[in-house]
Amino acid sequence: MSNKSFSSWYKSGSPWVWLNAGAVSVSLVMVVGLLLLIAVRGLGHFWPADIMSITYHDPDKKPMTLIAEAVETEVVTAARLQKVGVHLPEGQKTGERHLLKVGNRDYFGLDFLWINQLWVGETSYPKDLIAIERREWGNFYGYLTAVKQQGKVIATGDKVWNQLQVRLKRSNSLVAKIKEIEKNEIGKINHGLEELRLQKRQDELDGVAEGSLAYQQIEEERKQWNVQYQGLQKQLADLYAELNRDQIMVKISDGREVELPLAKVVDVYRPNAMNVGQKLAFYFEAVWKFVSGEPREANTEGGIFPAIFGTVMMVMIMAILVTPFGVIAAVYLREYATQGPMIRLIRIAVNNLAGVPSIVYGVFGLGFFVYFLGGNIDEIFFQAKLPSPTFGAPGMLWASLTLALLTVPVVIVATEEGLSRIPRAIREGSLALGATKAETLWRTVLPMTAPAMMTGLILAVARAAGEVAPLMMVGVVKLAPTLAVDNIAPYLHLDRQFMHLGFHIYDVGFQSPNVEAARPLVYATAFLLVMIIIILNMSAISIRNRLRETSKASEN
Amino acid sequence: MEAVNPEQAPAARKIDIESLQRGPKLNMANETICLEVKDFNLFYGEKQALHGIDIKIAKNRVTAFIGPSGCGKSTLLRCFNRMNDLIDTVRIEGDMRLEGNDINAQSVNVADLRRQVGMVFQKPNPFPKSIYENVAYGLRIQGVNDRATLDKVVESSLKGAALWDEVKDRLNESAMGLSGGQQQRLVIARAIAIEPEVLLLDEPASALDPLSTLKIEELIYELKDKYTIVIVTHNMQQAARVSDYTAFMYMGKLIEFGATDELFTNPTKKQTEDYITGRYG
Repeated sequence: MSNKSFSSWYKSGSPWVWLNAGAVSVSLVMVVGLLLLIAVRGLGHFWPADIMSITYHDPDKKPMTLIAEAVETEVVTAARLQKVGVHLPEGQKTGERHLLKVGNRDYFGLDFLWINQLWVGETSYPKDLIAIERREWGNFYGYLTAVKQQGKVIATGDKVWNQLQVRLKRSNSLVAKIKEIEKNEIGKINHGLEELRLQKRQDELDGVAEGSLAYQQIEEERKQWNVQYQGLQKQLADLYAELNRDQIMVKISDGREVELPLAKVVDVYRPNAMNVGQKLAFYFEAVWKFVSGEPREANTEGGIFPAIFGTVMMVMIMAILVTPFGVIAAVYLREYATQGPMIRLIRIAVNNLAGVPSIVYGVFGLGFFVYFLGGNIDEIFFQAKLPSPTFGAPGMLWASLTLALLTVPVVIVATEEGLSRIPRAIREGSLALGATKAETLWRTVLPMTAPAMMTGLILAVARAAGEVAPLMMVGVVKLAPTLAVDNIAPYLHLDRQFMHLGFHIYDVGFQSPNVEAARPLVYATAFLLVMIIIILNMSAISIRNRLRETSKASEN
Repeated sequence: MEAVNPEQAPAARKIDIESLQRGPKLNMANETICLEVKDFNLFYGEKQALHGIDIKIAKNRVTAFIGPSGCGKSTLLRCFNRMNDLIDTVRIEGDMRLEGNDINAQSVNVADLRRQVGMVFQKPNPFPKSIYENVAYGLRIQGVNDRATLDKVVESSLKGAALWDEVKDRLNESAMGLSGGQQQRLVIARAIAIEPEVLLLDEPASALDPLSTLKIEELIYELKDKYTIVIVTHNMQQAARVSDYTAFMYMGKLIEFGATDELFTNPTKKQTEDYITGRYG
């Protein structure tokens, strides 16, 4: 009876429906789970966690107080705990241990610490505990005791917090001013001096006589730049003196009172005294700082804006390079070439190009684009700069070009597909009106193929934005001092190296000295990379949909 | 005659009356010859599709090609504007002249030829552009971009194709939103916008409903004052209604050619008679 009902169930076809629906559900669960995991792990990092004050009795050491943020908790078997010298009471099979972020790396040596629940004494959350985000050495935790100016105590007790806020604002604006001068104005002077040096070198190469007017002029200009530089140097020295005016005194967990220069402080906050609204405001500010700021401390602190910028810009340049190239190739293959074994072979080759491991493209890019093309460009156009390379070194242009090469098969295939879907009636209609083949292509066929081209581009962007391996050879670096766009003519510097989110993940995750501190940043960066790819794709898709609406093919 | 919407009936009657009136006067000897085909053969690869076609098409008359499917009537039509050039395997022999000039000569610019010999296809094939741009397409190809000129031509062409009143308020809307019959008239407007001498119609009404068909037929009747029209049709009533001359083709051969009234009332060949009386095809 049951056998029969099973076979009829089998015959009804519903097992296949279940199988297919199951496959879809599993994929969905995996995608959503992946996104959730990286989102929760990454974005949780910016929440201002409460700071605990714990009394801790490790039998081997003196009782001590710990001031820390809780990071995670794990449950461990008694046997494993025994191995590290922790003996749980009889009958207890598992014990908990916690990872704490104690900060103060310059005083404690380690800023993360595992503790056993067994030895934890009292835990409290005093409202006046502060967390300090510093420019160096990571976070700092303790009690604020005094604010000093030039070594003299200005405020203590209740007034100390308000004093600190005022002075912190001042020091941060000074830091911004200093950065502006160092980056933009001194950068401009350096650029000017470099230009002069190159001009002189070019004159030497051209055989201009020693001591001629040209050299005197260069010397004259160099002097002017130097005068400007001196002025800025003095300005900077004043600003630094101003910046170093204030200090704060902080009592840390072991009872020591420590002096911190305010110049090294980015932000001070009291998470235990914040309500949910304040925490939310802090959270969004922290996320914004992460997205818009520059990295510090070997990329484990600060923001990742240069990496976002580099990724997006590289993808855009790649799109600009790959679209015309792929479309033209596809038009030739589909419209002009005589269809035969040769074209079939080319088509197979193009399709297989998409399957070549990306690192191979990286090697090719390095060998051909960087060394051969770039080297020759330097010989011809940037002779004065040699031996330091301009285009003969990895950079934005070569990375974009390498990725364009990597993604061109996708664009070709999608465009060919689109071209083959244009009804013959449309082409004949155009030809019958006296249009040549080229006119038909330009005025009718290509506009109608635009959505297919966009599809190719979407796939290309999705592939390119996530690619890391080839980029490591042709232009991506751990830390790029300048963006590829700035205020020095010609404003767009495609010869520069750049930062990339994918490589940033690898670098922070595996090359950083402080693994625990870096881990949430890896998740946050990964989440951001996914978001950027989604945004790039969404915008391409919306463009495609608009194109589709305007050029709907005749299907009646 | 099939039942038609009462509103359309008067127009339909008008055609019938006139087609009866013009009857006996037609004679090929009195006509100006527009297209002349002599001993014309066409091959698709090894297969011969047209066998020794000899035919003369009279200027400002409507000539209909009838015959069963696959008899080569569309193939012959597509030779007049060299649409068959697009098919790689096609090979032709013989002589085909438009007003005395060899159509297939090396020196002929195909694009120019197609401007002189316009074509409308079986299925309406408007471009996915606005109604205005569809009609202006041929002129833009020729480099005419002056707005005033284009406006004038678009209006006169749409009026010529009896579509103006229906679309004058939505010239900038997509042509894909028109009905099938409107689309086909738009395509005719597009073809006459470049003022060809000859208009080739390849089963222009076969994809349309009876009412739209009627409109197209009316239009053909009006257009023949200005253009030489060659129409391929499956529908013998249609051929009888609209054409002055009819050619009957069968298996790639031209079986019989003559004035329409003559051919339908008094065919000389048995095959023609069998076909028009519905014994095969």
